[in-house]
Amino acid sequence: MQYLVSVIDDKDNPGSTDRQPAISAFNDRLIAEGYWVFAGGLADTTAATVIDNRGEQAVFSDGPFVESKEYLAGVWVWEVPDLDVALKLATEASKVCDRKIEVRPFQ
Amino acid sequence: MSDVEEAITQAHHAEWARVVAALTRRFGDLDIAEEAAAEAFATAVARWPADGVPPNPGAWLTTTANHKAIDRIRRENKRDDKHKEAQMVYDDDPPEPLGVIDDERLRLIFTCCHPALAIETRVALTLRMVGGLTVPEIARAFLVQETAMGQRITRAKAKIKAARIPYRVPSAEDLPARVSGVLAVLFLVFNEGYLATGPDTDPVRHELTAEAIRLTRLIRVLLPDDGEVAGLLALMLLTEARRTARVSASGELVPLDQQDRGAWDAALVAEGHQLVRERLAAGVAPGRYQILAAINAVHTSARDVRDTDWSQVVALYDQLIRVDPSPIVALNRAIAVAELDGPEVALAAVDRLEDKLAAYHAFHATRAELLRRLGRSQDARTAYDKAIELAGNTAETAHLTRRRDQLG
Repeated sequence: MQYLVSVIDDKDNPGSTDRQPAISAFNDRLIAEGYWVFAGGLADTTAATVIDNRGEQAVFSDGPFVESKEYLAGVWVWEVPDLDVALKLATEASKVCDRKIEVRPFQ
Repeated sequence: MSDVEEAITQAHHAEWARVVAALTRRFGDLDIAEEAAAEAFATAVARWPADGVPPNPGAWLTTTANHKAIDRIRRENKRDDKHKEAQMVYDDDPPEPLGVIDDERLRLIFTCCHPALAIETRVALTLRMVGGLTVPEIARAFLVQETAMGQRITRAKAKIKAARIPYRVPSAEDLPARVSGVLAVLFLVFNEGYLATGPDTDPVRHELTAEAIRLTRLIRVLLPDDGEVAGLLALMLLTEARRTARVSASGELVPLDQQDRGAWDAALVAEGHQLVRERLAAGVAPGRYQILAAINAVHTSARDVRDTDWSQVVALYDQLIRVDPSPIVALNRAIAVAELDGPEVALAAVDRLEDKLAAYHAFHATRAELLRRLGRSQDARTAYDKAIELAGNTAETAHLTRRRDQLG
């Protein structure tokens, strides 16, 4: 079972910036235990572009699809047996990243 | 009630959770299990009066429900492989030796009370799947529209499936936290029954207190060595014992010190005391529910309110504050302090809680009573007004209004 694990940061109350060594160590462990599928940190939301080509002409707009105080700072994809395992790892991930984590199953 | 009706009610109480749990295990789907169990009971209602009650009602119901589930799966033309794909995660390892009985119902309870579900969802799902209450019954109990309650339960079942919430008893490491989550759900059901909210609601909803006690008894059978389970059961029994004495004929709340103690249910008191004694004898540091049960045991041991051992009550609250340092515990401790050290000392302690409890009716009701005892009628009146404004329980509002109007 695969889960999208989102790291959520808060513009008003950002997590600490010195987490990279801890995150690397955590990633190594996810790989060793066979849970790791993908991981990536994201650039700032101001670097995002939204494309809407549902109409006659493609419209590009600058910025993320939704402006909010909280935003997606990075993602993982984990392969784990069930939600309990995902939640246990996510509980650790929240400490490691010093940020909130959302766990959402793939269909 | 006829013998057959009684047999059906009894079978419903004894077998519903067992049937749902067994079918969930077999078919890996809560929705199929719930629907098939409901159909099996409906079949019993239709057939038992004519055919007679089968010698083993539980086995009859499980077999009938199994057939109903297979019918539904066939109807939906689910192929075997597709069906397997949809199955819930089921842990086949025998549970760790914790005195845990490998009862299917435990898996069901832990799944319904999973921390990834919202607390009101856990309550609704537990009452439906484990308690066997119908959706309209649960909706009525929580003053929610039937369709909204139906959706809540449907969404919960969908989340359990989509997010792969496992159907198993948690590992030894996670068990204490998960048991405490289950107890929180049961305590919430009990409290909503005991102090029902809503302007047009009966002040006490006996069906909810009774259901909470029944489910807690079941958990106690399943986890006999857990002190907090015993503590919660004792707390519920000792509270329920006072139920009829707690509301007057005119629908007004009667506080503990004014209750007719002869009207308390002696059998429930005795059972609650027995459980508290067992926990004391166990010699294990008690948790929150055990301490609350002990406090209630002190109250219910006094034949007259004047015989109450207040120093014991205050000592127990001191112990409770160490495991649960909440302002509500501090407020209740202050009420006991008033009996031991007088209303002035208690009022000072209560006033220190204003920041945290200003929106809680019991804070203002407690202040009002203390101010009244200190002869500060004007301040008491203001505090009663505030408490009446915030109280949600009809019996409580009636009591507070009378107390206020008695002030000179």
